[in-house]
Amino acid sequence: MKNVILHILKRIGASVVTVFVISLIIFIGVELLPGDVADTVLGQSATPETVEAFRKELKLDLPPHIRYVAWLKNFVQGDFGNSLANKRPVAELISWRFSNTLFLAATTALIAVPLAILLGILAAFYRNTLYDKVISTTTLSFISFPEFFVAYILIALFSVKMELFPSIAMIDPHMGLGRKFYTILLPALTLTCVVTAHMMRQTRAAIINVLASAYIEMAEIKGIRRLRIIIHHAFPNSLSPVINVVAVNLAYLVVGVVIVEVVFVYPGLGQLLVDSVAKRDLPVVQASGLIFSITYIGLNLLADVLSMLSNPKLRQSQF
Amino acid sequence: MTNLLEIKNLYIEAYSEEVWQPIVKDISLTLKKGEVLGLIGESGAGKSTIGLAAMGYTRQGCRLASGSILLDGVELLGASDEDLRVVRGSKIAYVAQSAAASFNPSHRIIRQHVEAPVQHGIMSYSEAQKEAIKIYRRLFLPDPEKIGFRYPHELSGGQLQRAMVAMAMSCEPQIIVFDEPTTALDVTTQIEVLAAVKEITEKMNKAALYITHDLAVVAQVAHRIMVLRNGRLVEEGETRALIRKPRQAYTRELLNVRSLREDKNQSDKMDVILTIKDVAATYTGEENVLEDINLTVRKGRTVALVGESGSGKSTLARVITGLLPAIEGSINFLGEDLPLELKHRTKDNLRRLQMIYQMPDTALNPKQTVRRVIGRPLEFYFNMRGKKADARIRELLSSIELEPDTYINRMTTELSGGEKQRICIARALAARPDLIICDEVTSALDQLVAEGILDLLQDLQNKTDISYLFITHDLATVKAISDKIVIMLEGKIIEQGEKKKVLSPPHHEYTDKLLSSIPEMDPDWLDNLLDERLDSFI
Amino acid sequence: MLSVLRQSPLSARIGLGIVLLNCLVAIFAPWIAPYEETAVVGDVWESVSAQFFLGTDHIGRDLFTRMVYGARNTIALAFLTTFLSFLFGSFLGFVAAVKGGWIDQMLSRFIDVIMSFPTLIFALMILSVLGSSIPTLIFTIALLDSTRVYRLSRAVAMDIEVMEFVEVARLRGEGLWWIIRHEILPNAMPPLTAEFGLRFCFVFLFIASLSFLGLGIQPPLADWGGMVRENAGAITFGIFTPLIPAGAIAFLTVGVNMIVDWFLHLSSGLHE
Repeated sequence: MKNVILHILKRIGASVVTVFVISLIIFIGVELLPGDVADTVLGQSATPETVEAFRKELKLDLPPHIRYVAWLKNFVQGDFGNSLANKRPVAELISWRFSNTLFLAATTALIAVPLAILLGILAAFYRNTLYDKVISTTTLSFISFPEFFVAYILIALFSVKMELFPSIAMIDPHMGLGRKFYTILLPALTLTCVVTAHMMRQTRAAIINVLASAYIEMAEIKGIRRLRIIIHHAFPNSLSPVINVVAVNLAYLVVGVVIVEVVFVYPGLGQLLVDSVAKRDLPVVQASGLIFSITYIGLNLLADVLSMLSNPKLRQSQF
Repeated sequence: MTNLLEIKNLYIEAYSEEVWQPIVKDISLTLKKGEVLGLIGESGAGKSTIGLAAMGYTRQGCRLASGSILLDGVELLGASDEDLRVVRGSKIAYVAQSAAASFNPSHRIIRQHVEAPVQHGIMSYSEAQKEAIKIYRRLFLPDPEKIGFRYPHELSGGQLQRAMVAMAMSCEPQIIVFDEPTTALDVTTQIEVLAAVKEITEKMNKAALYITHDLAVVAQVAHRIMVLRNGRLVEEGETRALIRKPRQAYTRELLNVRSLREDKNQSDKMDVILTIKDVAATYTGEENVLEDINLTVRKGRTVALVGESGSGKSTLARVITGLLPAIEGSINFLGEDLPLELKHRTKDNLRRLQMIYQMPDTALNPKQTVRRVIGRPLEFYFNMRGKKADARIRELLSSIELEPDTYINRMTTELSGGEKQRICIARALAARPDLIICDEVTSALDQLVAEGILDLLQDLQNKTDISYLFITHDLATVKAISDKIVIMLEGKIIEQGEKKKVLSPPHHEYTDKLLSSIPEMDPDWLDNLLDERLDSFI
Repeated sequence: MLSVLRQSPLSARIGLGIVLLNCLVAIFAPWIAPYEETAVVGDVWESVSAQFFLGTDHIGRDLFTRMVYGARNTIALAFLTTFLSFLFGSFLGFVAAVKGGWIDQMLSRFIDVIMSFPTLIFALMILSVLGSSIPTLIFTIALLDSTRVYRLSRAVAMDIEVMEFVEVARLRGEGLWWIIRHEILPNAMPPLTAEFGLRFCFVFLFIASLSFLGLGIQPPLADWGGMVRENAGAITFGIFTPLIPAGAIAFLTVGVNMIVDWFLHLSSGLHE
C-alpha cells in the first residue's frame, strides 16, 4: 500500500509542476506579442496617452516576473482580472459558463460511459462476428466525422425535420433541471456519438487483451463456467485499463465541448474562449485556457491514480 | 487394466493462409492408470496441441478434425461445451509452461487453487483449502500453511510452477497433462519441479502426459515415450528400451545431442588474447552487478561462461564490448588496454571483437538481404565493394555451409532459425575477428539445429584459430564445446579452470549443485539424485 | 504491389477511390470548377440546378466551385502540416530513442508538458496571440501535432533499438545517422506510414474545426470548415447546404481511415 501512495504522490507532484509550466507558457505567450497587449488591443489609432493609461491599468509597466507572480496569485484567489472587451471581471464571466460546460460534459458522460463500456464488452466477447463488424465500422465512421457534421445531422433530423428538440441550446440560470436536460439533449447526443466511439473501441481492445492472457485459458482448462471466467477472472484485470480509458475520454470530453458549444450557441466556457480569441480579449483567453488545462490535467491525473489503485500488482504489494 | 485415455487416429488442423492445414496427423495413444507417457519432439512437432486435445481443447485457429478422444470411456471429440467443461479440471488437469502467466494476478494462489473443486461441486471451500495446504506440503513448498495466501507475483518462478502442479491436483484428477513445465526454469530449480512431478506420478499414482523437447528430462519421469516430428509419430517405446536401442534415425540424432566431443590438446602454449582484470560494473551506480572479475581467453580456445539467470554472465559480455563501461579494472585485448567505453574504441578494436546473439530473429535486420548483412562489415572495415565484396560474401557463405547462389540475395526474413544464426556467424567472420562472444547462441534453437551450429563453430575454430567466449546456462553445451570453464553466481566468478579440472571433483559447493542438476539420459538419474539430496532438500 | 491491391478488401478499395478522387479534384481544381473561386454568380442559397450543381452559398457564390477550391485549400494545407509535423516529430523521436540519456529525458519531459495541454486550447491561445494567418496556422498545428508523432516514433524506434541488429551496428562502430537511416528507418516505416494517415485525418479535422470556429483559413479563400460556418444559418430554414462541406470532410476522413485500417491489418501480419 505504501508503494501505491508513493506512486500517487509522485504523479500528483508531476501534475502540479505541469500546471505551473503551463501557466508560465500561457503567461509568456502573451508576453511574446509584438508590442504589447495595449498596442494590440487599442490598435494604431490610439493616442500615446490612452496607450500609456491602459498600460498602467494592466500594470504593464512592471517587470514580467513580478507580473507573473501577481497574476498567478490573483488566479489562485479567483481574481482573473477584467475583460478587455466589456470591462467586467473575468471571474464573473467565467464561473456561470464553466458550470454550464461541466453540466453538459457530465450529462454526456452519464449517457456515454455506460453505453460505451457495454458496447465495448459486447464487441470484445462477440469479436469477429457480424455484430462486432457493424459496431466497428460505425464507430470508425464516427471517429472520422467532424463534430459539427454530427451536430448538423442531428439538428437537421431532430430539430428541422421532426421538430422535437431545439437547435439552439440556450439555457439560463432560472430553468428547471428537466427543462435544462431537454434543451441540451442534442449537444449531449452529439458529444455522446463522438466520445462513445473512441471509448468503445478502446474498451474493446483492452478486454480482448485480457481475454488473450494465459490465465483465462487456464481457467477454461480448469473447467470454469464462462460467466464466472468473465466476472471472476477477466473483470478484475480489465478494470484498470477500462477505468483509464474512461477518464482519458472524459478529459477529451471537457475540451471537445468547444465546437459543440459553438454549433448550439450554448453559453459555455468553450464558446466564451472562441469569442475571446476572435476579439483578442486576452485576460479571458488566459483564464479560460488555464481553467480548461487544469481540468484536463486533473482528469488525466485521476485516470492514472484510479488505474494505479485498480492495478492488482501495485495494490497488493505488501512490502 | 482399462485405458484411462485412448486417442485414435487423431487429426488436428490449423487455419493458415486461408486453408485448414493438418498440424497433427494420425496420432493414436493410450494411457493407463498410473502410467506416464512422454511426448517428445522439436518445435512444430504438435506435442502441446496433442496435450490440449486430450482435454478436448484447442487454441484459437485450430480444430479437432477427425479421430476419437476417449477419456475414461467418454468421447470428447464433438462433445458439447458443457460436457467438456465438466470433464476439464476434474478428470484431467493441465500444467502450463509459464506459471507466471497462467496464474491470475488479481487473486491469491489458494483462491485459484480451490476454484476448480468448488466450482465442480467436489468439495466445500474450507475442505478444498485444507486439501490445498496438504498438497503444498507434499510438494515441498516452503511455509505450506501460508504460502497460498500470497499473490502470484510474490512467489519465485520455481515455487509458482510447483503451486501450479499443486493446483492441477486440486480435484484429484486421474490424468495430468504437463506441458513443458520446466523449460522456463534454471537447472537447479528444474529439479524441484521434477521432484514434485515424481511425487504425483509415483507416490500418488496419477497418470500423466509429459510434454517436453528434452529427452533427458522425459527419461526421468516417463514409462513410455512417443517421439513426434511435424505432427506425426516417429517411434514409440518403453523408456529404457527406447534410450538403449532407438529404432529410428531421428531418435538416435536426438539422443546423440548430448554426447561429448573429443578433447582437444589442452596445452597452455597459445597466447593469451583477452585478459580481464578486477573488473566491476553497475547499472544503478549503487549496487555492483559484477565484482572482482578476472579471466583470460587464449588464442584458438573456447572459454565457457556458465551461470543461471541473474548471475551476471550477459552483463559481463556487455562490459567486454563496452556497452556497459566497467567502473573498475581493466580489459586487455591483444596486448593493449581497451578503452572501457565503446565510443572511445578504435575501429580496429571493434573489428577484432565480434558478437553473436541468442535470438537470430532479432539479430538480423528484417529489411536487409543476406548480401547487405554480410557486405556491410566488409565495406565498413575493409572498404571492400563490388566484385571483390561479392566474392568474399560468397566465400563466407560457403564457409558457413550455405549455398551462395541460393542465399546471397534472400531477405533475412526468408531464412529458418538455424540459417539465420549461420548468417550471424558469417557477419561476425566478415570482420576477421580474433574473438567472438557467443551469447546463448544455441538456446533459442531446436536441438538438432543447435547441434549443427556448435559443429560449425568448432570447425571454424579448428581452421582459423579464432577464440570464443561462450556464454550459456546449458551445461551440456559447455561440456561439449569448451576448453575452459568459468562459473558465475550473483555477479562473481566462483570457480574457473580447465574443463577437466572443473568437471571433476572436488567442486565448489555451487558447482556441484549445478553439475548434478543437469539431467542425464539415465532414467535412474533423478531418483538417485533425489535420494542423495533428501537430507538437504527444502 | 498490384497483387496486394488485388487482394485488398472492398473497404480499402473504397477508401483508395475516395482519396484518389479528392486528390484529383484538388489538383485539377481550376479546370473542374465552372466559376471563379470568389465570384458571386447567383442569389443567396439558390437550390440545386443545372447552372449550380450544388446550389449557391450565403452570398451567392457557386457552391460546387467553392467545394472544388475548398478541397484544394484544405487538403493541401492539411498535407503540408502533417508532413512538417512528421519531419519534426520523427526526427526528434528517433534521435531521442537512439541517443537516450539526457537528450531523451529533456525532450520527453518537454513533450509531456505540451501534451498535457489540450491541443485545441493550445492552438486557440497561440492564434489569439499571433492572429490567424496561413503560415501561423501551419506551424502551430505542425508543432502541436509533432508531439504525438514524437511519442510514436520514439516508441517505435525504442522497440527497434533494443533489437540486437542495432547493437551489432553500434558495436561495429556505425554512427548515429547511419543507424537511424539504415537500421531504424526501414523498420519504422510501416507503423509510421499508418500513423501518417491517422495524423493527416486528425490535422485535417483540426484545421476544419478551427476554420469552423472562424480561426482557421480566412475568407474569401474557400475551405470546407469555413463553408460550414458561413452557411450554418441555412439549416434552421431547412436548407441543408452546410451538410455538403461537412459531409465532404467526413467522407475524406472515412476514406483515409479505411486505407489505414487495411494497412495496419497488412503490416500486423494478420491476414485473417
